Amino acid sequence: MFFTYLRRELRRRRKAALVVASGLALGIALVIVVNSVSSGMSKAQDKVLESLYGLGTDMTVTKAAAAAGDGEGGQGERPRFQFDAQDGDSDEEQSSDRVMVQGFQTLASSTVGKVADQSGVADAVGGLSLQVMKVSGQFTRGQFQQGGGGQTQGQGQGGAPSGGTGGQGGEVQGGGANFDVNSYSVYGTDVTKTGLGPLTSSKITSGRTFKTSETNAKVAVVDSAYAKEKELKTGSTVTISDTEFTVIGIATADSGDAAANLYIPLARAQTLGDVKNKVTTIYVQAADSQKIDSVKSAIQKNISGTTVTTSADLADTVSGSLSTASSLATSVGTWLSILVLIAAFLVAGLLTSSAVSRRVREFGTLKALGWKSGRVTRQVVGEAVVNGLVGGVLGIALGLAGAYAVTAVSPSLQAELGAAASGSGGGPGGMGGGPGGGMGRQTASRTLEVALTAPVSLTTIALAVVLAVAGGLIAGGFGGWRASRLRPADALRRVE
Amino acid sequence: MYELRGVTKRYTRGKDTVNALDGIDLTIPDGDRLVIQGPTGGGKSTLLQMLGALDRPTSGEIVLDGTDLATLSEARLTRVRSETIGIVFQSFNLIPTLTAQENVETALVPLGVKTKERRERAAEALASVGLGERLGHLPGEMSGGQQQRVAIARALVKQPKVLLADEPTGNLDESMRDEIMEVLERMWKELGLTFVMVTHDSAIAKKAPRLATIRKGRITIRENASA
Repeated sequence: MFFTYLRRELRRRRKAALVVASGLALGIALVIVVNSVSSGMSKAQDKVLESLYGLGTDMTVTKAAAAAGDGEGGQGERPRFQFDAQDGDSDEEQSSDRVMVQGFQTLASSTVGKVADQSGVADAVGGLSLQVMKVSGQFTRGQFQQGGGGQTQGQGQGGAPSGGTGGQGGEVQGGGANFDVNSYSVYGTDVTKTGLGPLTSSKITSGRTFKTSETNAKVAVVDSAYAKEKELKTGSTVTISDTEFTVIGIATADSGDAAANLYIPLARAQTLGDVKNKVTTIYVQAADSQKIDSVKSAIQKNISGTTVTTSADLADTVSGSLSTASSLATSVGTWLSILVLIAAFLVAGLLTSSAVSRRVREFGTLKALGWKSGRVTRQVVGEAVVNGLVGGVLGIALGLAGAYAVTAVSPSLQAELGAAASGSGGGPGGMGGGPGGGMGRQTASRTLEVALTAPVSLTTIALAVVLAVAGGLIAGGFGGWRASRLRPADALRRVE
Repeated sequence: MYELRGVTKRYTRGKDTVNALDGIDLTIPDGDRLVIQGPTGGGKSTLLQMLGALDRPTSGEIVLDGTDLATLSEARLTRVRSETIGIVFQSFNLIPTLTAQENVETALVPLGVKTKERRERAAEALASVGLGERLGHLPGEMSGGQQQRVAIARALVKQPKVLLADEPTGNLDESMRDEIMEVLERMWKELGLTFVMVTHDSAIAKKAPRLATIRKGRITIRENASA
């Protein structure tokens, strides 16, 4: 009788049931969308962090950048390029390049071993980030021209196109410089441990990665975007500071923004950067992801002068639209969901209670027939729970559609690892600081673009079902409470 | 057998107090057929509610087969209603979404009767009131007289000792009134019920062997030797 009565009543009160279910559906759909968008935000942030860290890295160990002028090995100084001016009719091209340690001060390679020995550390690997700046072009002298028109070699040096002041009664004309600046990043990777570090966030899409035997080989893996720009492919050669490297593989970054343009063996990078037995960053994998904080404390305590940055620390420095959207999803979105849910539950409860009021004669009759209050209440709650479940199904469908729409549109979000990240940020350093920029003071600032998705997990679906049942129970609670308080005589009297 | 002693029912609405029943003393023997008449608001329906264990008196005793309904717990009153008393209402009070058979079955639900037996007994009860062919019909698909017959089948399917009817023909035209009265009288005789009926209909009242009149909460009984 319970199910027959339930089925017939719900069919009879389809519109009312649909109103209650729709209210709950809206709340549940909102929860699903907010939940999935939050999850998408989280994934986007993970992706951003992965692009810096690589997969499996829980924290990085660095030495904070010193003030300008305090750097070692020339760090903290602007790169200087010196060229001799050529005769005006000379078309000889000159070039010069500088290899600089990027972003941070260096740590001794032995620090990697010390870090690896710390309790809770599963693995540690060192890497060296370099920035290479190459200037090449023509630099010509100006021509001294006297009042009479005869040309004399002037003293002006390749400076302003108009040249400097020449001899008496004449002026320097012509001369100048026509040069290109090519700046790119190189990352020295420990080829014996390729499972950790920035290269893990890229996939080898052509050729191969490093062999463990290639510790000092002149081989390079090139980021696909850089390879495309420079028309490099497997087997090509690339020259870094007069050393020729053979391209053995092309790597494509998962997030679309690679950690470096070129990856070469660590020892080679140390030679190029003139920083033997030095690394800029140590990538650390914790044995237990739940104990990252304690591992961080242990490293900071036992190895002085280091800065340890965890994923969580770095996540705090993420700004830009990703950060804004993430904040919106977690704050406004969550509160909006809660408010809509509360409103939906209340409306469902009031509508159910109102439906009971309209059925006073019906329930009064059943009580007069000897139905216990509990049985009448169960009937009311049963109907409300079914309404809730219908709302749940509608809400899940609506929520999935919303999440699908977000994923289909895939709005692009920018993540900026700004100034706050400098000095403490992990990774091989930023791409920032253009030609002529203060490389010694370079920060780890970089901007990444990630597409937002809204993945719906089974947990979210389970949450929706729980909410649907809870909504039904709350609504049923309202109605059931009202039904249980009805006295058969009162109920019959009211309709007479 | 009912024995009512000094039954009073008082309603308070704001500052006003209304004595719906004012010290009623009444005995209704088993198998009796009592008709209650009186002006609107005189207390007829209130008395019927007391007899049907639907409400408790403010004071006094309502003893049914040795048990005072006035002092029973809600659970025991519910049990009395489900086992002993059948009620027929003026407005039929059928559940609109349930078929005739299912409506009758609702009276057997609190008794814990199994589904199969419930269906069989409901079908028999409907057949006994001449609706054996309308088991699957919804109330909305039946005439007022047929609906009231479904209500009578519902009241009697549990084989109660007492049948209470609150103006059972009040919503029916004359031909249907006779039809329903014929069914009720037949059931009363066949089942040996104690039958108490409230009515405004003087034609019906004239045929009653005992007639109770309630005015301003007070009752007077008149025997009708000609009935």
